[in-house]
Amino acid sequence: MTTNKQKREGAVIFSEYERGSAIKKALSMGRDDILFELRESKLKGRGGAGFPTSTKWMLVAAAKAEEKYLICNADEGEPGTFKDRVLLLEYPELVFDAMVVGGYTLGAKHGVVYLRGEYEYMKKSLEDYLEAMRKDNLLGNNILGKEGFNFDISIFLGSGAYVCGEETALIESMEGQRGEARNKPPYPVNTGFMGMPTAVNNVETLAAVSHIVVKSGAWFKQHGTDKSTGSKLLSISGDCKKPGVYELPWGTKISELLELVGAENTKAVQVGGASGICLSRSEFDRTLAYEDAATGGSIMIFNENRDMLKVLKNFMEFFVEESCGQCTPCRIGNVKLLEGIEMIERGEYTFSYIKKLKDLGNTMKVASKCGLGQSSPNSFISILDNFSDEIFNNVNGGSHA
Amino acid sequence: MHKKEELRAPVSQKPHVVEKPENIDTIGGTVTLELNEKKVTVPLGTTILDACKENNIHIPTLCHHEDLCVAGVCRLCVVEVEGMRTLQASCAYPITSPIKVHTSTPMVRQARKHIIDLLISEHYGECYSCFRNNNCELQSLAKEYGVDHYNFGHIEKPRYEVDKSSYSVIRDMDKCVLCKRCVRTCIDLQEVGVLEAVGRGDQTRISTFLDKPLADVVCINCGQCINRCPTGALRANDPRDEIWEAIDDPKKHVIIQTAPSPRAAIGEEFGQEPGLSYTKEMTTALRRIGFDKVFDTNFTADLTIMEEGTELILRLYKALVEKDNSVKVPQFTSCSPGWVKYLEHFYPEYIDNLSSAKSPQQMFGALIKTYYAEKNGINPEDIVSVALMPCSAKKFECNRPEMHDSGFKDVDYGLTTRELAQMIKEAGIFLPEMPKSNFDNPFGEASGAGLIFGATGGVMEAAIRTVYELITGKNVEDFFENMNVTPVRGFEGVKYAELPITEVGPVPDILKPLVPNWDWVKGATLKVAVVHGTANAKKVMEDIKAGGKFSECHFIEFMACPGGCLGGGGQPIPTNKEIRAKRAQAIYNEDESLTLRKSHMNENVLRLYEEFLPEGPCSHKSHKLLHTHYTERGKYIA
Ligand SMILES: Cc1cc2nc3c(=O)[nH]c(=O)nc-3n(C[C@H](O)[C@H](O)[C@H](O)COP(=O)(O)O)c2cc1C
Ligand code: SF4
Ligand code: SF4
Ligand code: SF4
Ligand code: SF4
Ligand code: FES
Repeated sequence: MTTNKQKREGAVIFSEYERGSAIKKALSMGRDDILFELRESKLKGRGGAGFPTSTKWMLVAAAKAEEKYLICNADEGEPGTFKDRVLLLEYPELVFDAMVVGGYTLGAKHGVVYLRGEYEYMKKSLEDYLEAMRKDNLLGNNILGKEGFNFDISIFLGSGAYVCGEETALIESMEGQRGEARNKPPYPVNTGFMGMPTAVNNVETLAAVSHIVVKSGAWFKQHGTDKSTGSKLLSISGDCKKPGVYELPWGTKISELLELVGAENTKAVQVGGASGICLSRSEFDRTLAYEDAATGGSIMIFNENRDMLKVLKNFMEFFVEESCGQCTPCRIGNVKLLEGIEMIERGEYTFSYIKKLKDLGNTMKVASKCGLGQSSPNSFISILDNFSDEIFNNVNGGSHA
Repeated sequence: MHKKEELRAPVSQKPHVVEKPENIDTIGGTVTLELNEKKVTVPLGTTILDACKENNIHIPTLCHHEDLCVAGVCRLCVVEVEGMRTLQASCAYPITSPIKVHTSTPMVRQARKHIIDLLISEHYGECYSCFRNNNCELQSLAKEYGVDHYNFGHIEKPRYEVDKSSYSVIRDMDKCVLCKRCVRTCIDLQEVGVLEAVGRGDQTRISTFLDKPLADVVCINCGQCINRCPTGALRANDPRDEIWEAIDDPKKHVIIQTAPSPRAAIGEEFGQEPGLSYTKEMTTALRRIGFDKVFDTNFTADLTIMEEGTELILRLYKALVEKDNSVKVPQFTSCSPGWVKYLEHFYPEYIDNLSSAKSPQQMFGALIKTYYAEKNGINPEDIVSVALMPCSAKKFECNRPEMHDSGFKDVDYGLTTRELAQMIKEAGIFLPEMPKSNFDNPFGEASGAGLIFGATGGVMEAAIRTVYELITGKNVEDFFENMNVTPVRGFEGVKYAELPITEVGPVPDILKPLVPNWDWVKGATLKVAVVHGTANAKKVMEDIKAGGKFSECHFIEFMACPGGCLGGGGQPIPTNKEIRAKRAQAIYNEDESLTLRKSHMNENVLRLYEEFLPEGPCSHKSHKLLHTHYTERGKYIA
């Protein structure tokens, strides 16, 4: 387990918040008003896909069904991310209060935290926290005196597979099946857990909701950029002096970030974890934003001493292992990409075959069944493109051997 | 939305298909989309794939099978839907809004080509040594997309050991493309569930419970998975070599009995339209191949009706008149060995409901090495008895240890329709052009009632034709037009019928030792049900357990395979609803063309009783040769 060496508190998620205040405020508002504030805020999902949270909630709120579910996605399986853990451990009120607000807004009675298997050690303290909420009537029946509003939260321990963070695989796993992504459409908002309308939200998304309810959507969107409002929690790891969790406004430049964390002689920055893209020095003036370099939170920094082919190989080994194996492009495609890397290592490749593999990567991006296979070629393509000099020249010098 | 209790497959493999509205003429019942720039209107919830089929647009598929729920895993059927970032699997995409679809863009074509290349790179197997050569979906795809070399390399060594443990189904996982059709067949269509995907990523493979050999798990040998596997990864245990050897051995007297379903389907193996019977061409071909005698299993189907029908009458008499609690009603048919094994595993407490009458195949086996051998002065040891069956479970059945009542192995080999077609081809024969000939006697003459055993409802119809006449003393035509007992026909998964017995006649001689008179059935209503596919069998068994309406039935026909034997695991591939319906039609047409259509009117059967079983059906000797017992197996495998 990595310890959190640093925590930089920014102006949004880590701003002042009083336990239970979002629930109190929400119960005094109409559901439509809550949805309105969310839309105003332009909050987008922090789990990676960046889907507008207000739209997701509206769809579930509008669905007619006997049961609805709100699931907090705390699977946090992307290598190099640990920001959800920090939120749950240190700011559980932000997450749980938002779930209660969600229960109220969506008309759901059940909330579930899908907790990453490795975080089992947190389960007890989270359950104690929920128990305290029950005592204070922040959970349970007729919450805070609101007649007929019943909502409770349980914790489901995940099975340890990365793909289970994908929302439909997560639901499958909760239903006791193999963690495999479902066909979409239909989406969980209308056919989710047990076939019922279900909102799956990332931990950080929920934390933002609590602030928005208390402080308004207008307040939230003062931060960040026009298309990427608010701030982002980043898990920063790799070659820098001050790795840790940072809250930074969307729109921050990579170069600014590198300075902040004390990174020197940086050669490459992997934005968005293994499934993200790898930027080279010439791109360090790009910004962290949905419209530019998007990230679910992971930033990995590599300095000049790193062998980018090895970095890439690590990523691809991860995907070969973590693919659920149901669909062809991802199950076999990732193996082919990894084999390609090994060919480069051995110096036994042709550029035309590498080109073929990049084309294959592009197929995987569009033809795979879920986000895992759709994003696994990102690092392959971006590292081979952005570091071609190093990678292919090194081969000639034989230094990968 | 799926109904959870109906299907056991993981939701990721369930039909996430929006239910089509009952009346598509209502407002919102249809949706108009653009398919390759052409506007088409389809019922709401139609998949893109189905919409394309309707409009003659070909989309390649691999994991899709019309009998099965959606998987969406091979990704071959991807198409472009405007406005969506990724390609969409057309088999899994229900149309609910006016989308614009493109089925042959450069991106789509490239993706399909890549997917085929990937599948082939991992596929260990050589077409020329594969039973699916020329009838393999992977091979066809490779041809369709002009694959002429291995774009992404090719696996050089086998990764798995071939599982040859089962008498019925052989699994060669090196040829598996992980389409999961077998998994969905086994769990959804058959509710058996012995196959599952295990492992992740490139280690994913189809496996059995704890990786045990197929012979050691609850597989019922139905072979439905073989019929739906797109490749040669699943095949039946093929006895051709042994049979050729016997044929070529002058000391051996090789006979073959032929079940009703193969003749209605074997033409398909020779490129003929489904729905044509080749009975008489097949008998000629069998002789030319070198079988010494060619018999009709329908003969013992007639015999089965005599035994099983009598058993039913006896059971009802004992249960209703003598109030004997040890007698179990309803009586279940026992001619489908897949069904029998299913019951032995999943409902062993109902073993006593199974008719003790052997299946026609095994009755035949017992008679060949006794009655026939005696009559013709042949040493039973020299007889090799082959059974042409539509079924893979029949291979298991003839290997059941108790099936030695003749003093020898009653049936030596179960041969499937597919395997016989192969033998015919090997002999250089083109079946459809064979001259016609009849079966050999004494087991050559059979009734239409025996013939219709091949279709779901057939055993029941045959039994009704006989039991009705024995009881009422009247012609069954007086009750059912043209002798067609339509209430038990058709492809509905579970059929239920009530047949009132309004009048009774004198007890026929053959039954006199067993029942004194028919007074006790007068005015009664015979309640029967017909069930095909073990998933449907499960529904009925659960209802019986719960004391529902099926527990009040007197007689229930169960067939393991969807459609009955004509959809058996040894029949030509592919299979689908339309093909099965055509095979059924072929069988019913042939029945209607016959003059002999009732089992108890089969003179040869009556002669057999006279000469060999003089005490009649369900007598001591018939019990020894023509009846059997079952094994409580249970679900849990040690
Ligand atoms: C392979 C894969 C893994 C994922 N893992 C996570 C995860 O660990 N946590 C998470 O919140 N979202 C994860 N997601 C994204 C979820 O599918 C989903 O989009 C997200 O939970 C929705 O919440 P949001 O709208 O609040 O972002 C993953 C997606 C994929 C394809
Ligand atoms: S893309 Fe990969 S992880 Fe996703 S469904 Fe396909 S095989 Fe499974
Ligand atoms: S399964 Fe198909 S592709 Fe494979 S060897 Fe057999 S015929 Fe050829
Ligand atoms: S033969 Fe039938 S029971 Fe056995 S694995 Fe195949 S489908 Fe399942
Ligand atoms: S064995 Fe056949 S049906 Fe089963 S997954 Fe493999 S290829 Fe598909
Ligand atoms: S046929 Fe549609 S994904 Fe396989």
